[in-house]
Amino acid sequence: MSKRDFKIYRGDDERGELVSYKCEITEGMVVLDAIHRIQADQANDLACRWNCKAGKCGSCSVEINGKPKLACMTRMNEFEEDQTVVITPLKSFPVIKDIVTDVSWNYEQNKKITPFSPSKKDTEKDFVMMQKDVDRVQHFRKCIECYLCQNVCHVVRDNDAKEKFVGPRFMARLASLEMHPYDRADRISDIKNDHGSGMCNITKCCTEVCPEEIQITDDAIIPLKERVVDRFYDPIAMLFRKIFGKKK
Amino acid sequence: MLDISDIRRISYDVLIIGAGGAGLSAAISASQEKGIKVGLVCKSLLGKAHTVMAEGGMAAALGNVDNRDDWKIHFRDTMRGGKMLNNWKMAEIHARNAPKRVRELEHWGAVFDRTKKGLINQRNFGGHRYPRLAHVGDRTGLEMIRTLQDHGIHQGIDIQMECTALDILKDKSGKVAGIVCMYRETGEFIVFETKSLIFATGGAGKAWEVTSNSWEYTGDGYGMAYEAGAELLDMEFNQFHPTGMVWPPSVKGILVTEGVRGEGGILKNSEGKRFMFDYIPKKFANETADTEEEAARWLNGDKNARRPPELLTRDVVARAINSEVKAGRGSKHGGAYLDIATERNAEDIKKKLPSMYHQFKILAELDITKEPMEVGPTCHYFMGGIKVNAETTMTNVNGLFACGEAAGGMHGANRLGGNSLSDLLVFGNLSGIKAAEYSKNISSIPKIDDNDIRKIIQGATSILLRENGSNPYLIHEELQKNMQYNVGIIRTKKEIENGIKEIDVLKNKFKDVKAPGSSQFNPGWHEALALRNLLISAESVSKSALLREESRGAHTREDFPSEREEWIKYNIVSKKGKDGKMETTKILRTNPDEELKRIAHSELNDLEKEVKIDHNKLKV
Repeated sequence: MSKRDFKIYRGDDERGELVSYKCEITEGMVVLDAIHRIQADQANDLACRWNCKAGKCGSCSVEINGKPKLACMTRMNEFEEDQTVVITPLKSFPVIKDIVTDVSWNYEQNKKITPFSPSKKDTEKDFVMMQKDVDRVQHFRKCIECYLCQNVCHVVRDNDAKEKFVGPRFMARLASLEMHPYDRADRISDIKNDHGSGMCNITKCCTEVCPEEIQITDDAIIPLKERVVDRFYDPIAMLFRKIFGKKK
Repeated sequence: MLDISDIRRISYDVLIIGAGGAGLSAAISASQEKGIKVGLVCKSLLGKAHTVMAEGGMAAALGNVDNRDDWKIHFRDTMRGGKMLNNWKMAEIHARNAPKRVRELEHWGAVFDRTKKGLINQRNFGGHRYPRLAHVGDRTGLEMIRTLQDHGIHQGIDIQMECTALDILKDKSGKVAGIVCMYRETGEFIVFETKSLIFATGGAGKAWEVTSNSWEYTGDGYGMAYEAGAELLDMEFNQFHPTGMVWPPSVKGILVTEGVRGEGGILKNSEGKRFMFDYIPKKFANETADTEEEAARWLNGDKNARRPPELLTRDVVARAINSEVKAGRGSKHGGAYLDIATERNAEDIKKKLPSMYHQFKILAELDITKEPMEVGPTCHYFMGGIKVNAETTMTNVNGLFACGEAAGGMHGANRLGGNSLSDLLVFGNLSGIKAAEYSKNISSIPKIDDNDIRKIIQGATSILLRENGSNPYLIHEELQKNMQYNVGIIRTKKEIENGIKEIDVLKNKFKDVKAPGSSQFNPGWHEALALRNLLISAESVSKSALLREESRGAHTREDFPSEREEWIKYNIVSKKGKDGKMETTKILRTNPDEELKRIAHSELNDLEKEVKIDHNKLKV
């Protein structure tokens, strides 16, 4: 048992400061446990989001010593005994209060995506899909919507081009829909124009922070970029379309 | 004085409180009705509700893995698992409709694991005769909630996130007219006027110390419904899931899916003995393997072998682990060893149980493909809940509906694993349809009395305005300790009575609870607001547990160690009495439909023959 030093951002989007706390740490504790202890004993009104406490819901995303992480899956023994643990809100989203940010932008992006669209005829009977054909779709569907990838994405973060790019989370969702064997919608032109696939310059920061280890860049973004290229920039295909009309 | 005209109002035809599997299902089905405006209120962000934690799967007699399965067998399993105390009609509706709802979920985009033929795969689970659980690895709840969420946002549903419901508003005749809520981010109060309300608010597992439930599980629906005059049914039946994590202390209670045992995991004590063979109840002896050799054959797919005893119902397994620990044969940190490493290869384990692998690796620094896990009982689920009509899901308050864990009756004295997710889909769907029907028959929103709104808001703000008072977190911790110790997995009259006394003390402390800080995103205030509901839930649990002088399913009384014939006749109901105090009484159950009774009490062999005939008729 030992008392450890914490600094937690307290305030809102306009003003705030890092406030120091000390907290008793016992074996096995994660950063979220420490936040809860501080909340119960010293700062009843310290705002933080959490739910499952087991890395399954993606609510407790924060930055810990500058690194975007889930507070519930970050063990205190990752840090040196004398190291101060600094907890700050996600940088890419406006702070509501303390370490809670306004992530509503993500919900708006999701709504823009054409949802799963099977044909009516297909839904009259059981889907028949082989496991190997859905492995990759399932891989994307592991996403817990913690938005850590959105938070580190250079386009979303540095350039603040939120209007132009849906971000890695939703590229993964788009890929899961495009690769679903029974989906009949065509999203390729949306992916290029509305969802901004061209904005991503493949720095793979999103993949690095994904707690579910989803290969967002390699398995989702690059294949979608390729589909866009095939559709819009392939000279033979362009000629083909000119002669025979657009693919429905 | 508070000016009510300053409070914003929004009107709906159907308003759903809670956006887990049940709430989202209800919102979707209500929104299919033309001209019905649907609202959905959730305490967290959308997609984060507790359903996300469900792991193993959803039970439905699809018959994809074993075509001998049928709704009748599922119904029989459910009734036997619930020790025949289930609401017969609800159990029937559930078993009959689950397959349809699971297929619908697939058509909305859920991607289940597949059989070799490319159909939805199904896995074995405790108490289910056949492999019955449609699943996605061990993250089925996430798949379910994401599918409903992504489908739901395109159905014209008005979603209110991070919004806490405070209390129900009724008109003079007692009909539902609205609900007062508060946005957690800003602290702003809002009145939602509505013709009907659906509570899909989940349970109250946060009343115990060792629990698999998140902060949201504070019995909000139970508390608000009770205050509005609804009845709470069979609240003494609290499921302690046999396998929660026990080490390290900070993760104590976090769920370890029953899927581990479904995939072949075995339970051992400190002596290395596979102890479940010593705990097979008479009633299940005919259907359970009695040697390790037979259990091994079953795992290898021998259809003539009987199921391993690790897959007995949750109440049985939880009590067995408890007994082993009490007898001094517990694991290092006071649980049992759950071993999958010796039963399956590492690759299979990672493929079938990826999130368990991940969870133990990070939180316990343990590799489940090499070492056994340590597990013990954790409070998991409320079989009891708001009393509803089986066919409409409406409560005794006009216009108030309930579904999912918030509603009682479906699971009787003990719920089978996998029957919860299917319950959410089946009764969520039904609630939405019935509430929309109800609202259509009402021409305008019933009239709300401004004074009722005022009272609710003043009650909430007084917690912030008070000069000083008790710390809400500490009251909650005391309540958890009390329930854990006095109204836990094994109960006695004396302990329950002590528990009730302590709840009275805490109710008094709660009267002057104080949350410092402002109304903006203030967790201390939120905690205090939830406490009222948690205390009502805990009181109802304790009083019902005291009254039921027998052991049945998840309710275990050390002073009445077995089922008692006279008690099968009764449900226990708590409601608010005229003097404002809780009245807990036993009520006679209605007689079941003869046909349902026959099915539930059939010998397995006879019922299997009957199902075979049924299936052959369908083929012709």
